Amino acid sequence: MSILINKNTKVLVQGLTGKTGTFHTEQALAYHGTQMVGGIHPKKGGETWTGSKGESLPIFASVAEGKEKTGADASVVYVPPAGAAAAIIEAIEAEIPLIVCITEGIPVMDMVKVKAKLDKSKSRLIGPNCPGLVTPDECKIGIMPGSIFRKGSVGVVSRSGTLTYEAVFQTTNEGLGQTTAVGIGGDPVKGTEFIDILEMFLADDETKSIIMIGEIGGSAEEDAAQFLRDEAKRGRSKPMAGFIAGRTAPPGRTMGHAGAVISGGKGGAEDKIAAMEAAGIRVSPSPARLGKTLVEAIKG
Amino acid sequence: MNIHEYQAKQLLKGYGAPVAEGVAIMKAGEAEAAARSLPGPLYVVKSQIHAGGRGKGKFKELGPDAKGGVRLAKSVEDVVRNVNEMLGNTLVTAQTGDAGKQVNRLYIEDGADIDRELYLSLLVDRSVGRVAFMVSTEGGMDIEAVAHDTPEKIHTIAIDPEAGVTAADVARINEALELAGEAAKDGEKLFPILYKAFVEKDMSLLEVNPLIVMTNGRLRVLDAKMSFDGNALFRHDDVKELRDETEEDAKEIEASKWDLAYVALDGNIGCMVNGAGLAMATMDIIKLYGKEPANFCDVGGGAGKEKVAAAFKIITADPKVEGILVNIFGGIMKCDVIAEGVVAAVQEVGLKVPLVVRLEGTNVELGKKILNESGLAITAADDLDDAAKKIVAAVNG
Repeated sequence: MSILINKNTKVLVQGLTGKTGTFHTEQALAYHGTQMVGGIHPKKGGETWTGSKGESLPIFASVAEGKEKTGADASVVYVPPAGAAAAIIEAIEAEIPLIVCITEGIPVMDMVKVKAKLDKSKSRLIGPNCPGLVTPDECKIGIMPGSIFRKGSVGVVSRSGTLTYEAVFQTTNEGLGQTTAVGIGGDPVKGTEFIDILEMFLADDETKSIIMIGEIGGSAEEDAAQFLRDEAKRGRSKPMAGFIAGRTAPPGRTMGHAGAVISGGKGGAEDKIAAMEAAGIRVSPSPARLGKTLVEAIKG
Repeated sequence: MNIHEYQAKQLLKGYGAPVAEGVAIMKAGEAEAAARSLPGPLYVVKSQIHAGGRGKGKFKELGPDAKGGVRLAKSVEDVVRNVNEMLGNTLVTAQTGDAGKQVNRLYIEDGADIDRELYLSLLVDRSVGRVAFMVSTEGGMDIEAVAHDTPEKIHTIAIDPEAGVTAADVARINEALELAGEAAKDGEKLFPILYKAFVEKDMSLLEVNPLIVMTNGRLRVLDAKMSFDGNALFRHDDVKELRDETEEDAKEIEASKWDLAYVALDGNIGCMVNGAGLAMATMDIIKLYGKEPANFCDVGGGAGKEKVAAAFKIITADPKVEGILVNIFGGIMKCDVIAEGVVAAVQEVGLKVPLVVRLEGTNVELGKKILNESGLAITAADDLDDAAKKIVAAVNG
């Protein structure tokens, strides 16, 4: 099994007609035939999108229409920051089960509004400011490079896009492969936290081990560590390796990701590493040794 | 983006918050007229820099016994005397680093008779995804110390975005701050005002430390620190005008023109990376191998060749930089675009220090080909570990 997405997942694209949406939709279609089923554009409903290799997808005027006509159960959002929150809310209102927002730079206050609607909805949001998710050989939603994946047994969850690629690439090179890799995103207010994904990986029989990559800012890693300790007491645990980015980041400075900032003496890397190690995660000092560290953790 | 205290207070005054009368000056000659326009007889002269700890800060140019960056004055002449001593000098506080910050603006404010000092801030509480008030009766001091020593004295009240600040929220804040009578009535007006300002202006932090109860029983915003969400500035031209570029690093200003995420640091290995997490991890691994990064630089996902070249030029222009590590794992970012940008920048500004490039991901073969065919002295690396080792070895000679 995988989590969240598989070969049956049908995906709509909000922001398909832009440059980014077009490029990554072509990549997704080329990735083991991910079922991209249509695009959304309020003014281009009824038209057809054509990719550079002649691929084509229908365009619908609204998410609700797209869902009705295609049976889509997921949507990926590439809409630019100023309109991205409205796009997510449209998908929530259309009751799309899985919404994945790639867009970076959405105002935090917009996400506060989205979060309030999300909490009362049937939808799950991954992101924003995330690379999306991939279940190898089945489905690719977002911007991760497909070539580095290999079907296997590792669950990968990360706040950082490019560090997700590192973890995927290294577990592929170790011959382990992945069940699903999920980038939850680098914004302070987001749809899905570590705990949500860890719960799914613990429950998934095919996921034999987990890599969790955090970074400075907030306390999501500490919360996740507490969750893992509690679950271990109930007899649920899997070998885990981890990494925290930003050991050398100065306090008070936002390091690229809107959520990556040590503020008020909180959110520093050392506290997170200590919490993760206390929960039994092997934390690698080097992002280049994630795969090897996981192999050690599996050997025990 | 941060603004000065006096700008924050003017903004809050516009929303109806109780702040003292005050005048900001940039020239010593303006001091007397500024002071005379205030009621007196008590004045406060406050250094306007983007850093906290001003009151306990010390001016570099003055003796160790000289007063700090926030001073009480008891007459107009006293104001002028203090302005002359402070303006143009360098204030070193716990937050400025040893270099300190030059004080180019002073804020002359009407004094207040203080009964109690409280702490109040608004921020986005990530754990619930809502704007929250953080309040404490322990105002006027370092809130990090309060949080560390007596966490039970800090109360957090998160606000439902669909309901706004309710009467129940106000009652909880008043109770947490132990406010009664006139002060509690002032709170009923002030707390929703602060929330409204925070949300409407897309702030990321609004800190009032201290919020005071005056001897007449009324509330007043005595200090105000305000930061704005950089991602929301596109809809706030009025806030953008408050930016004071003299408070920022010149390299960071240039980087912001290109929409690059760049933070200047103290080390000597320049980094250019795609993705914030990988950029931080690249800094960390440089440190792991014994050197210090000169900067954080995330060129982002959608960068074109010109932006990559601009980033490369900002990094090479830093005189501290003795070597450069380019680390790219392409997803949105295509390796060939990075390669073209690096080659274009090197051809334009030259390359005087060692350069190690590690490429992986989307269009990696094309990227490597462009670098190989450029004829430039670039050291290729296989992975992040290899890249970090190679640049540290090159810089160590």
